[in-house]
Amino acid sequence: MSEIILETRDLTYLYGKDTPFQKTAVDGVSVSIRRGEFLGVIGHTGSGKSTLIQQFNGLLRPASGQVLLDGKDIWDEPRKIRAVRFRVGMVFQYPEHQLFEETVRQDISFGPRNMELSEEEIAKRVASAAEFTGLKPELLDKSPFELSGGEKRRAAIAGVIAMDPDVLILDEPTAGLDPQGRDQLLDQIVSYHRRRHNTVILVSHSMEDIARVADRALVMNSGKAVMLDRIDRVFSRRAELESMGLRVPQITKIMSLLREKGYPVNAGVLTVDQALDDLIPLLRKRGCIR
Amino acid sequence: MEYLQADHVTFSYEPDEGDAPKEVLSDVTLGIKKGQFVALLGHNGSGKSTLAKHFNAMLLPSSGKVYVDGMDTSDESLKYEIRRRVGLVLQNPDNQLVASIVEEDVAFGPENLGVPPAEIRRRVDDALKAVDMYEFRTHASYKLSGGQKQRIAIAGIIAMLPDCLVLDEPTAMLDPRGRTEVLGTVQRLNREKGMTVVLITHYMDEAVLADRVVVMDSGRILTDGTPREVFSQVELLKRHSLDVPQATELIYRLKADGCPLPDGVLNEQECVAALELLLKR
Amino acid sequence: MHPLISDITLGQFLPGKSVLHRMDARVKIALTFLFILFIFIANNFPSLGLMVLLAAVSIGLSGVPARQYLKSLKAVVFVVLLTSVLNLFYGGGRLLLQIGFMQIRTGGVVNSVFIAVRIISLILFSSVLTFTTSPTDLTDALERIMKPLKFFHIKVHEIAMMMTIALRFVPTLLEETDKIMSAQKARGADLESGGFTQRIRALIPILIPLFVSSFRRAYELAMAMECRCYRGGEGRTKMKSLHMTRLDGAAIAFSSAVCLGVVLCAALLPSVFG
Repeated sequence: MSEIILETRDLTYLYGKDTPFQKTAVDGVSVSIRRGEFLGVIGHTGSGKSTLIQQFNGLLRPASGQVLLDGKDIWDEPRKIRAVRFRVGMVFQYPEHQLFEETVRQDISFGPRNMELSEEEIAKRVASAAEFTGLKPELLDKSPFELSGGEKRRAAIAGVIAMDPDVLILDEPTAGLDPQGRDQLLDQIVSYHRRRHNTVILVSHSMEDIARVADRALVMNSGKAVMLDRIDRVFSRRAELESMGLRVPQITKIMSLLREKGYPVNAGVLTVDQALDDLIPLLRKRGCIR
Repeated sequence: MEYLQADHVTFSYEPDEGDAPKEVLSDVTLGIKKGQFVALLGHNGSGKSTLAKHFNAMLLPSSGKVYVDGMDTSDESLKYEIRRRVGLVLQNPDNQLVASIVEEDVAFGPENLGVPPAEIRRRVDDALKAVDMYEFRTHASYKLSGGQKQRIAIAGIIAMLPDCLVLDEPTAMLDPRGRTEVLGTVQRLNREKGMTVVLITHYMDEAVLADRVVVMDSGRILTDGTPREVFSQVELLKRHSLDVPQATELIYRLKADGCPLPDGVLNEQECVAALELLLKR
Repeated sequence: MHPLISDITLGQFLPGKSVLHRMDARVKIALTFLFILFIFIANNFPSLGLMVLLAAVSIGLSGVPARQYLKSLKAVVFVVLLTSVLNLFYGGGRLLLQIGFMQIRTGGVVNSVFIAVRIISLILFSSVLTFTTSPTDLTDALERIMKPLKFFHIKVHEIAMMMTIALRFVPTLLEETDKIMSAQKARGADLESGGFTQRIRALIPILIPLFVSSFRRAYELAMAMECRCYRGGEGRTKMKSLHMTRLDGAAIAFSSAVCLGVVLCAALLPSVFG
């Protein structure tokens, strides 16, 4: 198996083709996504990130360029494009808005059922997906509309996880959640990724979220892929990110400012813990630590 | 008694059959002065939104009293006057817009108040200018971005000439640019027009913008003070699963290790300055 | 922005500064109804010709390019063709053509022409109205026109408010439908294939979330309206009001003259319908 699971080659997508409102949403993007990695996709609204990810599961078709899954163009057989969505799963923003079935169990089964799996397999998948997302078993037989906001979101995410995709894409999964809810959900996604060993792509506005979970980051700006690298390397390019209207996490900015002033610290620091690792030895040398 | 006054307010929602009533607010007493910019901080379920809705008589306390400029919110006859003075902006930008055209939506409030047409026109124009959306006045409302829609919602409220603006998690559904637009507008209204602002939020980087931060948890007030005072209480906040700014946390943990560092550091600049003093030794 | 979303408003308003754009919406609505009525009163070629001329004048005065009108006719091309062809076989007069047992007589040809012209004129007059009048002005005008119905305990203001809110939410709900469709397609929903019943069933994962979401929107909107002191139509003023000008007076005068002409032609000249 090759190292690259999903790849785009010179991918371009236009909105409003041949109208006066034509807009190039994705502009000649060529990126390679590694099997098993956790990729963060960053960019402000209008950068093309949401349009790009919808090319990965064939919801949108490129105007030009290719999307390759395991080396094969997903549009080779356009009639079979649905099969791609079984391997590349997507959770949209505010996924709780897609719940519709009579019970949570049935709703989570929707995806697996579309995949024409056996009832036995479906039941297994539902149980496993509920466990991955921390959904208590007693909720499974309730109507999805009786659940709390947080529970609904988990149920919706479980619905996609139950399809057991090789690539799971999440578009702003923590949107609208409070800090506690956000932390819980991100931890669950990381844990899922570690246990399942699949590839996860997380799209977010929040640099702090990406810093927490991702291995690499893809930065989109005006339809172009401008950076694709390990997150510490991406985040150390603070000035460039700020010129694109993106804000690095506060701790990264602090360390970056210190580095600019000449102190020997890592400018690609992502968390307070990492910052302490850098600062404590320096401060100890100056006699500040007990 | 302050301009907005909650006295020993307790509130429970009507329970579903068979369930016990859940107390959302427990004996809350809070006074907000005219012209203040107060942030009500807490995670979901802390009661902050519920308290906010008491200030414009959308909710009435199960026990205790709420007063707006001396008016008792439980007095039916004063309901609309209270709502004119205390405007409430909600979380979802889309579900506050009534009309297809921007200026018609902003006119909705004054029209309800029976304001004469020429005066409505004046207020709408002033309100749109105050939120920096005047050039969009004849645009279709659905085509605006989230941040723009929220600013229109704010304009719709200020066209009623309120004294106080209560905003219930106004940026929760917005992207970073929208958040900046809305927060900037709110700060400007407070500073330049003297509008009292009560900002309900779970983001501490918004709370630091206020004059005063009131932290709520489980229906009670946990702590109340300036942003610096509140965020210095790192232990307390962490115990209640609340965030502190990363700058504050960094300094706090270095202090715990013995470094002589000041309290109440809130932002990058202060943090870097404090660290430099030590690193320069 | 997804391809599905186009600028859909009620009948597509195309902003402009033409004579018709500047007319009072109430007058336009009333005249449109009047014209449609008179198309059916016209019973011979002279009277029909007057109405066709009126339609041409309206289109010209609207300042909207002809291709927009052609686009609006595209929708009914099939209906027009079908009804006019069917009408070919109904009517008296001299026999022109015999196909098997079906006969085309002069009466049929006349019927066919009349029905085609009537349907097309109806569409054109309606289009002139919707192209030159904003949805907001339309609902305002309807509210003003319906005011007398309050006497019969009909809630005129509430109906107008419902229309305004519905208009406002049509594009928003379309966007939402699109999002829900994408989300369900991502879960493997197949919205394209299968017979009629299969396709209808495939809509359930779209319609239920849409309904649920609409109820939630309604609840939140109602709360927002209350926060802005909404209490029904009592004591409510309006920022924009409709007023008639000399332009409207001239339009009414001109239209009345044409309609009088139609009545005269219809009454004094022989009808084509025997």
